[in-house]
Amino acid sequence: MKLVIGIVRPDKANEVLEALYRAEVRGFSMSRVQGHGGELDRVETYRGTTVRLGLAEKVRFEIAVSDEFVEPTIEALCDGGRTGEVGDGKIFVVELEQVVRIRTGETDNLAVTPVGA
Amino acid sequence: MPPGVNAGDTAWMLAATALVLMMTPALGLFYAGLVRAKNTLNTFMMCVAALAVATIAWAVIGYSLAFDGDGSIVGGLGHAFLSGVAFEPRDGTTIPHLLFFAFQATFCILTTALVAGAVVERMRFGAFLVFAGLWSVLVYAVLAHWAFGGGWLQAQGTLDFAGGVPVEMGSGFSALAAALVVGARKDYGRQAILPHNSIYVLVGAGLLWFGWFGFNGGSGFSAGEPGVLAFVNTLLAPACALATWFVLDLLRSRHVTAIGAATAIVVGCVGITPAAGFISPMWAMALGVVAALPAYAVIVLRTRTRVDETLDVLAAHGVAGFTGILFIGFVAEAAWNGVSDGLLYGNAAQLGDQALAALAAPAYAFGATFALLKLIGVVSPLRVTAREEAMGMDVVSHGEEAYATGEGAILVEPIVPGVPERARPEPAVAPVPS
Repeated sequence: MKLVIGIVRPDKANEVLEALYRAEVRGFSMSRVQGHGGELDRVETYRGTTVRLGLAEKVRFEIAVSDEFVEPTIEALCDGGRTGEVGDGKIFVVELEQVVRIRTGETDNLAVTPVGA
Repeated sequence: MPPGVNAGDTAWMLAATALVLMMTPALGLFYAGLVRAKNTLNTFMMCVAALAVATIAWAVIGYSLAFDGDGSIVGGLGHAFLSGVAFEPRDGTTIPHLLFFAFQATFCILTTALVAGAVVERMRFGAFLVFAGLWSVLVYAVLAHWAFGGGWLQAQGTLDFAGGVPVEMGSGFSALAAALVVGARKDYGRQAILPHNSIYVLVGAGLLWFGWFGFNGGSGFSAGEPGVLAFVNTLLAPACALATWFVLDLLRSRHVTAIGAATAIVVGCVGITPAAGFISPMWAMALGVVAALPAYAVIVLRTRTRVDETLDVLAAHGVAGFTGILFIGFVAEAAWNGVSDGLLYGNAAQLGDQALAALAAPAYAFGATFALLKLIGVVSPLRVTAREEAMGMDVVSHGEEAYATGEGAILVEPIVPGVPERARPEPAVAPVPS
């Protein structure tokens, strides 16, 4: 089991969702985050104040998957999230020690397998 | 006070002019709530742009083309740069000509802003500024001349109290043309695009209704009977449109929706606009019901087409205005308006006069706007790139956000003397996105 964390552009979030559904990855969380990953800062001006925005809005997907789903998940994140410009985001894959589905008490691979799959 | 000017009428028209001017920012709020958060400011700014561009164009030439002389198609240039527009009463009214100009200016501004609803979330702001200036002269002023300024529609007997021809059908059918030329948003039909702030939409609709009392109530140019009748009808018709919309919403989705209610207020106000001073209060209530039906149908059906007429200006203004203009032909009542009867009161010819306007105004508005945008499109791109559309128009067009949090914002300017500089990260050196 792995936890796949994908940080993508907010305006690409819908395309990532579509790609994930197509790859039959059905369980994930999504949150809005702010971050910085080397893209050019945006400059905004409000009356007399000019600011450089060091943090860009991003969307973070957290997807716990069994081993055979790691590659399809990564592919979906890349396909849905890529524009080719700096700021498309990153994917982190980390080892998972334990997963428990609260409703049934199922653990590990059973717990990351979607209901009805 | 010059002879012929009435103080009471002038006082009401000063207030009515201010009421109508408020409708443009109210429309900005209404539109801004309907778009996605990343396009809030740009959408509102299109309305603000009309305040600048249409006002200037109107003072320079638009007013003259609309209201100088009674030429068949357009007026003359006698009032260009407000020449001859001063304190003497405007012919046929008891208010100063200058005030008459200002009242009509607020109509031009609002109508120009209305068209923006068709192209929000993707049209370049610069291109819109050019379009707004030219449209307010080439389309609005011409239609205003036809209906109000002694042009051929008015001369052959079409009744249009407060702008069913230039304002409602003018903006609605121009909006359809604009949506076709500019093209659909890249996400249209591919993903759900929801209004980002329904409260803005409701507040905007409420303020529009409030302003509409000046819009219709002022279109009699007096505090007399036509103004009073129009004012009261502006209360009655939208209320009936609202109640009708509740029922239609219930039948369709088992919920009475807030966005639907806001839309219904606008539809009711639009429907009564041409008819406000010409039909009895009871017929005004009926018009509220009648205007809601085709507008509702067009909203439901339009979203199933490829035409991304984004904020449904065609349904809410074009179709409701069309309904109102025709409705006059059936139920105008000389006992109430002192001008003419409609079909039900024995004057079938009035319906013909109304039908002519209901065909001519949409045809001109659509054709002229289509050609104008095609021409502007030859000179400069009409829309931003797909990448910019994805980022959002606020950041791309204005370098601002509607809901800036300030988190992660590093002060660049001003540098305040005496304040020690804190550690700042070096500017990123990433390549500039092309």
